[in-house]
Amino acid sequence: MMGMTTDSVIHALIGGVLIGAAVSVLLLGSGRIAGISGLFGSLVTGRATPVALWFIVGLLAAPWLASFAGFWTRPDFLADPVWPKLVFAGLLVGIGTNIGTGCTSGHGICGIANLSPRSLTATLIFMGVAALVVALGFGGLA
Amino acid sequence: MRLVPLVAGLLFGAGMLVSGMADPHKVLAFLDVTRAWDPSLAFVMAAALAIALPAFAYARRHPRTLIGAQPIVLPPRSPLTPQLLVGATLFGIGWGLSGLCPGPVLVVASGGSLGAIVFVLAMAIGMRLASRCAPRRASKRAPQASDGDAACG
Repeated sequence: MMGMTTDSVIHALIGGVLIGAAVSVLLLGSGRIAGISGLFGSLVTGRATPVALWFIVGLLAAPWLASFAGFWTRPDFLADPVWPKLVFAGLLVGIGTNIGTGCTSGHGICGIANLSPRSLTATLIFMGVAALVVALGFGGLA
Repeated sequence: MRLVPLVAGLLFGAGMLVSGMADPHKVLAFLDVTRAWDPSLAFVMAAALAIALPAFAYARRHPRTLIGAQPIVLPPRSPLTPQLLVGATLFGIGWGLSGLCPGPVLVVASGGSLGAIVFVLAMAIGMRLASRCAPRRASKRAPQASDGDAACG
């Protein structure tokens, strides 16, 4: 557990509270599940709703507001990636979240918070598979 | 009420930035359980669930939104399907290869990272391909074969 520090845990907790608040606001304010693959997917597959559109606008505005406010320097975490691997992973994430009807937010946060056995199963699978991919040495785009 | 989803999106994006989820190296360190495991991101999920659990419990009992009394749409309880298992597996492979999932990568792409922008484009293409090949689950098995079926051979 060498990577974990008190700071990283505090950031994780504050960030998690913000994500939980976002999910709760969209649920109780707009009546929708804050699953990013579902909301973004509805925009790119031609089933957009105003709620999905405005949520994604807010999501995309966040790094700009944070950088104007001086909290975020917009670092490029993906400088000089292995491009074919990046594209392959992107395709898999797109196909998998569409077929599996959710991602880390939709299944991992919303679905589990809604006590859905399907979402718990999906979350255990994608986390387990992702951990296996990393354990086998295939993790990372550098 | 476009303000509600806009605020929710902003909060969600801020959560990605503050939590460390936006950094794929951090995510890969979380997934790297057999070596230099950094379990910090488990606290993201724990904190998010602590807030979201009561919200969903409320929504199950009061199926109307607090603003405007619109219906709250909760997914129906359906059994496990092969699609769910296959989809979660494919997503897990992509997530493990890259350390990127849809929420964080959209935020980083908006920040101007070319790598993230290309990933988002590939992800969008993947979503379109999958939604054409698997005719709408929501449309309760429409009897006619859509042209999307033919496109997938």
